[in-house]
Amino acid sequence: MDFARSLALVAPETLLSVSGLILLLVAAWAGDKASRAISIAAVAVLTVCAIIAAPALWGAAMGPQTEAFGGQFRADAFAAYGKLLIYASAGVTLMVAPAFFDRVKAMRAEFPLLIIFASIGMGMMVSAADLLTLYIGLELTSLASYVLASFLRVDERSAEAGLKYFVLGSLASGILLFGMSLLYGFTGTTSFAGIHDAMTGEMATGALFGVIFVLAGLAFKISAAPFHMWTPDVYEGAPTPVTTFFSTAPKVAALGLMMRVTLEAFGNQVFAWQQVVIFASLLSIVIGALGAIGQNNIKRLMAYSSINNVGFILIGLATATQAGASAMLVYLAIYVAMSVAGFVVILLLRDENGDAVEAISDFGGLSKTRPWLALSLAMVMFSLAGIPPLFGFWGKFVVFQAAVQADLIVLAAIGIAASVIGAFYYLKVVKVMYFDEAVDKVKGAGELSHTVILVLALLVNSPLGYLLTKCLDTLAGNAAAALFFAY
Amino acid sequence: MMGFPILSAMLLVPLVAAVACLVVPREQARSIALIATLVDFVLGMVLWANYDIGGAQWQFTESASLFAGFSWKLGIDGIALMLIALTVFLMPVCIGASWLSIDKRQGEYYAAFLLMETLMIGVFAAQDLFLFYIMFEAGLIPMYLIIGVWGGADRIYASYKFFLYTLLGSVLMLIAMFWMVNEAGTTDIPTLMAYNFPAGAQTWLWLAFFASFAVKMPMWPVHTWLPDAHVQAPTGGSVILAGVLLKMGGYGFIRFSLPMFPEASAQFAPLIFAMSMAAVVITSLIALVQSDMKKLIAYSSVAHMAIVTVGLFAFNVQGLEGSMIVMLSHGLVAGALFLCVGVIYDRLHTREISRYGGLAINMPRYCIFFLLFTMASIGLPGTSGFVGEFLSLLGIYEMSSWVALVCTTGIILGAAYMLYLYRRVAYGEQKNADAAAMLDLDNREWAMMVPLAAVVLWMGVYPESFLAPMRKDIATLDARLAHAKPHGDADVKAGTGKPAAEEQSAHGGAH
Repeated sequence: MDFARSLALVAPETLLSVSGLILLLVAAWAGDKASRAISIAAVAVLTVCAIIAAPALWGAAMGPQTEAFGGQFRADAFAAYGKLLIYASAGVTLMVAPAFFDRVKAMRAEFPLLIIFASIGMGMMVSAADLLTLYIGLELTSLASYVLASFLRVDERSAEAGLKYFVLGSLASGILLFGMSLLYGFTGTTSFAGIHDAMTGEMATGALFGVIFVLAGLAFKISAAPFHMWTPDVYEGAPTPVTTFFSTAPKVAALGLMMRVTLEAFGNQVFAWQQVVIFASLLSIVIGALGAIGQNNIKRLMAYSSINNVGFILIGLATATQAGASAMLVYLAIYVAMSVAGFVVILLLRDENGDAVEAISDFGGLSKTRPWLALSLAMVMFSLAGIPPLFGFWGKFVVFQAAVQADLIVLAAIGIAASVIGAFYYLKVVKVMYFDEAVDKVKGAGELSHTVILVLALLVNSPLGYLLTKCLDTLAGNAAAALFFAY
Repeated sequence: MMGFPILSAMLLVPLVAAVACLVVPREQARSIALIATLVDFVLGMVLWANYDIGGAQWQFTESASLFAGFSWKLGIDGIALMLIALTVFLMPVCIGASWLSIDKRQGEYYAAFLLMETLMIGVFAAQDLFLFYIMFEAGLIPMYLIIGVWGGADRIYASYKFFLYTLLGSVLMLIAMFWMVNEAGTTDIPTLMAYNFPAGAQTWLWLAFFASFAVKMPMWPVHTWLPDAHVQAPTGGSVILAGVLLKMGGYGFIRFSLPMFPEASAQFAPLIFAMSMAAVVITSLIALVQSDMKKLIAYSSVAHMAIVTVGLFAFNVQGLEGSMIVMLSHGLVAGALFLCVGVIYDRLHTREISRYGGLAINMPRYCIFFLLFTMASIGLPGTSGFVGEFLSLLGIYEMSSWVALVCTTGIILGAAYMLYLYRRVAYGEQKNADAAAMLDLDNREWAMMVPLAAVVLWMGVYPESFLAPMRKDIATLDARLAHAKPHGDADVKAGTGKPAAEEQSAHGGAH
């Protein structure tokens, strides 16, 4: 094993760690005044890391030459796909955060650092090829996330969100660890490839329990039902830029990790986990849709919407095929674009004092007072509902197509029929903005950076997004091929 | 014309205009909309003029592989040509109908209408299964907004009902489409139309498509969104809803269900007949007791669409041609009737029939047009309604005389509710002073009524102009259906044709 090559493969993580530590020192000496500069530096570092990671994706890197440190870490096309989405989401979060925190006078230099450390963890999650790498990456992400959720210390809701996230997150980590220990006990190895080879034929009951526990722990991290309870509270309580982050980057990372574990490590035992995934997927779709109906807070609504969307993504996983994996990755990319657009709009919804307007009933008649903002949110809502010609439809399209190709027609039919329930609450938001009388609460003007991000994300969501389908298809295909290489 | 991508241009013109409507000041939006729809109308007429009757089945084809999984593929046959012509003809009328009555948020209103036009033309011109689906479903968004923002009192309920009903119908069709593409290995509609799906699978596929088209059509008993949507939509919205949107269901049957699943279509024909018979009788009776003009016309639309479905599933040329003509005619006539309602609604702001009366005295010109369209709706010979209904019923008579018998009562009941409506609105004494004081048609209304009336008469007197482009396509479809055709009860046999002299001698002998 060539040590230099291993180091080259983990270059993005190394760069992020080193710059994270340097920026930490800067933060310690320069204080909170430098937080904006640190944010800018962090975005620059993330951009460089994305550039370093990208060739693996375009070049469809896979196989042994992508394995580092004795097969514990894998920097293949799949990892690169995940990292690009993660770095982009983290970058967007860093760009929208300073304005938000400045308004509440809580911008601190730690914020960009926590995002950077979380990004290292998430990069490790999607690159994990061993249970230990998996766990280190997951915990690095989680610890940073707990702090981020309670970043507004003075705000009770934020503190509550952090605590809830921490308690339930540790519980999930415990379950995951227990499952991992069972797996280790019954297979004698922690490497994904080893587990894959060990789990052939009839599976021992203990190993089956291990699989179930690992899946349960991961389901918590992706907020799939029935492990979704924390999501609405955390999404609502966390500061909006942090919610933007939670709904994008960690979701990509956790789903990438789940794909690695199920399709690589448990690839020989599809029947053992397929039912679990189908169950979680349908339950997430239904709970996400029904739970959202009664919500009046847009962030809670987005939380249920994310549960709902995870359900659709899991349909791709239930197929256990390469086409399904590719469909999930396409959906994830589109979902990130939709979430970013949605949360940037939410950040722009402010009253004259600059306070956030989060109650949906306060959006009444927004189309009359702020037509462009209303149009943006309406586009996001229709896109999340998967109504063509908006690009959100394409995510559902590829996932359901993969399900039909894998002969899961009943699952596809039930899933898509349940998506109609979801359409109801997305419509409600549009209804309030377009059909109701003007409340005229939203006043605040937007920052240029927000507008630029919003316009870009909306362009992806608009029908023009379909022009990206070929590119997305190739890249997601590369990534999925790397995942299925040699299995 | 071959080099110029005229279909893409027809899609692009309203789309660009829609964006323009959103950004320009509100006063200019309607002018932009009118110009764009007129340009599209001209393009549509150029399309018709250049359509080679009897030439290739698919003309004006364009193809660009822009997307993964499906492609930008357009092309039309005679059936699509006629429906596109109907769309581009009705759109300027819709804009005209909204000219003065829409006073809030004009830019968005016209943008939604122009977007609708793009999507409707896209539905008829799409040659790729998924492109079709995207266009088909996308119409939900602008229509939802048109009903919800500019509609009447119960608009929110109506808009939800419209959206969720039609969405639920369509998503299952998407799953069926995935299966078909997986099986046949292509998304190309002409190829799929000739592909023989296994008979067992056809049943399920047919049902999935039926779920969508039956709601769009709409067929009894899933028609209940239509009266709500119609009543609440503004006049222009009603015209486009009745005129073109309802035709998407019929177009779906003739383009997808019949040629792609002939065996299943034959298998389910009795179901279609049963639903259509129920629709004709029940909705006609419901129409008879309506006190709201728009609701009455909406229910009559359901009855007319039932004639379309029986004709389509008659499995013969007359039925198919008749259905197409009923669709075109209904598009014009129902659109015109909603326009007639709109004219007096603009003056008195009520759709209650009892609030009017004796309009023939103070609005004679209006009442002439209203009478013409009423008669066309009943199916009086000389108007477009007659040709279509006669052909459809002739076609279905060949298949089943019972179905024909029940459906023909629709004509009688149609005469009853339409004449009853007309009597209450136009004749009798002038009970209400405000209704009696209404002014007759102004120039704008003349400009909308005259073209509609002219085409209704044209289609009634010389339907050949409209049948000719479709004849070859319908013959192709009939040939495709021939092997699955169920046995009818009429046992029509070609006559032997006696020589005239013999016939005379036979007559002579009898006397």
